[in-house]
Amino acid sequence: MSIDSVFVHKMWNDNELSKMVNGGVPFPMLSDAGGRVGKVFGVYDEDAGVETRGRFIIDPEGVVQGFEVLTPPVGRNIMESIRQVQAFQLVRNSKGKEATPSGWKPGKVTLKPGPDLVGKVWEVWKTEMAFD
Amino acid sequence: MEEVEVGCARPTGGPVGETVEEPKEVVQQTPKEVTPMIKVGKKAPDFTAPAYHQGKFGAVKLSEYLGKWVILCFYPGDFTFV
Repeated sequence: MSIDSVFVHKMWNDNELSKMVNGGVPFPMLSDAGGRVGKVFGVYDEDAGVETRGRFIIDPEGVVQGFEVLTPPVGRNIMESIRQVQAFQLVRNSKGKEATPSGWKPGKVTLKPGPDLVGKVWEVWKTEMAFD
Repeated sequence: MEEVEVGCARPTGGPVGETVEEPKEVVQQTPKEVTPMIKVGKKAPDFTAPAYHQGKFGAVKLSEYLGKWVILCFYPGDFTFV
């Protein structure tokens, strides 16, 4: 979503992005004239008249599970966003019985919070795992 | 025209010269509208927005995606570099 019109979205997709991604952008490109939606999400920069790089993960209930906002010159890490969605999905599927520690990736050890884990995290989770 | 280095933000203009005096507000307006804060664990505010998708123009409403995971991304502008 940006403040550009859908016509500009079309030109950008058809003339440039489709040369980077086969078939063009696979998801809807949204237009937010005047930054009305961006204001509500706290990402509209009034002075520059543009939206900053906000990214929101919204779960199937419509609840915001996480967000990240960067100023324009620094791009995002898409794999990190995907990893976070995978982590939230795991937690949701476990009905909250499992949690994903720092550095978690699919297939790695999860934590099962409860009385037995208090003071014992060091036994199941090693510091190196945060830097994998 | 002087060439300007274009960064990632959209170049903007505005009025120059003497600042025009804005008419003073006589009556104190009702309290400024409070911008809703986004909080994790709280519902995302619903919205509808015009959209371009796979060759078609349409509209997307966030609540149409209930039941699915959504990544909502904002960015400064089309044809920017990053």
